[in-house]
Amino acid sequence: MLSKRIISCLDVRDGKLAKSVKFVDTKDIGDPVEKAREYYQQGLDELVFYDITASNEKRGIMLDVVSRVAEQVFIPFSVGGGLRTVEDCASVLLAGAEKVNVNSAAVQRPQLIREASQAFGAQAVVLSMDVLRVEKSVQIPSGYEIVIHGGRTRTGLDALQWAQRGEEWGAGELVINSIDADGTQQGYELALTRLIAEAVSIPVIASGGGGKPEHLYDVLTEGKADAALVASMLHYGEYTVAEIKDYLTARGLKVRKQ
Amino acid sequence: MITLIDYNAGNLTSVRRALTHLGIPSQVSADPETVRRADKIIFPGVGAAGAAMTTLRQRGLDSALKEAFAAGTPILGICIGCQIILDYSEEDDTECLGLLPGKTVKFRPETSISPKNPLSPSTNPLLKIPHMGWNAVSVLQPHPLLRHLRSGDEFYYVHSYYPQPADPAHTYAQTEYGIPFPAAIGKDNLFAVQFHAEKSGAVGLRLLENFAQW
Repeated sequence: MLSKRIISCLDVRDGKLAKSVKFVDTKDIGDPVEKAREYYQQGLDELVFYDITASNEKRGIMLDVVSRVAEQVFIPFSVGGGLRTVEDCASVLLAGAEKVNVNSAAVQRPQLIREASQAFGAQAVVLSMDVLRVEKSVQIPSGYEIVIHGGRTRTGLDALQWAQRGEEWGAGELVINSIDADGTQQGYELALTRLIAEAVSIPVIASGGGGKPEHLYDVLTEGKADAALVASMLHYGEYTVAEIKDYLTARGLKVRKQ
Repeated sequence: MITLIDYNAGNLTSVRRALTHLGIPSQVSADPETVRRADKIIFPGVGAAGAAMTTLRQRGLDSALKEAFAAGTPILGICIGCQIILDYSEEDDTECLGLLPGKTVKFRPETSISPKNPLSPSTNPLLKIPHMGWNAVSVLQPHPLLRHLRSGDEFYYVHSYYPQPADPAHTYAQTEYGIPFPAAIGKDNLFAVQFHAEKSGAVGLRLLENFAQW
C-alpha cells in the first residue's frame, strides 16, 4: 500500500525562506535550497515551494531557486504562487519541479486547471485551496468557503463544490489549507479535510495547524488525508522528519523509512 | 557515457540531474545513430503511451532502440520507458516496441479488491488511480540493479497503467497496490522500472549508480 506522505511547505519571498503565521506577518528563516536539502536528507517525502514574492520583476529569482533545488533534492516537489498561465506553469516544470500548485489564479480563471492538466497531465497539477469556516448558507452549503489572496478575499465559492470541480477539470491532487487552523499549531481542521477527502477520488493533502506528530496522525486517519503538510514544527526545529515518522509508525501508520 | 533518449518525455531533465549529481557522464540525444552507437541507454518517460510511440517512430528511435537491444547495449527504462518496451499498451490502444513479450494494462479499482486481497474494503474503500506516492518494492529475483535493496525500501510512483510481462521469469520485483504488480522487469541487457528512480531519494540514486556500473 501507499505510504502516507509527509510534505513540507517552504514559503519563499525574494528567494529567501519565510513562514507565514495567520497569513499576516512573515519572518525570514533562511535559505530555501539549504532547508530543502536538509529535509530531503532527513527523509521528507515531498516539498512544496510557495512563491510569495510581491513584485513581478523578482519572479526570476524563484526559477533559480527551483533549478538549484532540482539539482540537489531527489524527491518530488511542486511550486506555486503567482502561476497564472500555462506558460508560467511550464517555466517552473522546465526548471525542475514535478508539479505546479495553483490557487487564487485558478479561482479567478478555472480554465487554468484544465489547460495545465491537458498540457502536463493531471499528475502535475495540484489545486491548492484556502478555506475559511463560515455559517452554512444556500450559497455555502458545506459551511466552508474558498478565500483567496492569502485569506483576505472571500469568493462566495463553496469549498466542497470547488474541490469536486477541481477534480473534474483535471487537478491531480488537492491541498486543503484551513485559514482558521493555519499557524495555530493546534491541529488540522479534521472535519473539513474528511469532508473533502470523502467526496473526491484524488489524493488530499491536509494543510494548516500541524504542531505535534499526533496532529498528523489524526488528520491521516480520522481526517482521511493521504498526506499532511508541515511547516513551523519542522522549520523551527521542534521536530525532525524522523521523529514525526517514528511516532506515526509506532501508532501503526505506514510511512516511508529511509 | 549514458545516452538519454529524447522523445519529449517529461522527466528527462530530472534523470539527467540525478546522473550529474552522481558524477555519471550522460548526454541527451534524439538522433537514432547516436542511440545505435550508445554505450548505455536510459529510456525515461512521463506521459502517454500513444504520444510516446508516435514521437519515437517519427524520430526513427523505435528501430534504433530495437537494434541497440539486439546488439546487447545495456538499457534502463523508467515509467513509460518500462511500459512501451512490451508488445502492447492498453493506453491509447498502442502497439509498442516489443523488446519484451507482454502488455501494459490499466489499474482497475473495481477489480483490485478481491477476496484474496488482504486489504479489507472497510479500511480501503477505493484505490485511487493514478497510483501516486511512495510504495514498497519487494525483490522476487536478484538482479545487479537491485542489489542494494532492503526489504521495505520505498520508491516514488506516478502511474495509471502497469507492465505485465508474458513470462513471470521476466519480473524481478513487485509492489502491492490492491493487487501485486510488476515494479521491475527485464531480460538480458534490458531492465526497466515502473517507479521514478530519479525521484526516489537515496535508494533511487543507488539504482542509477548500479546501472552505470552494470
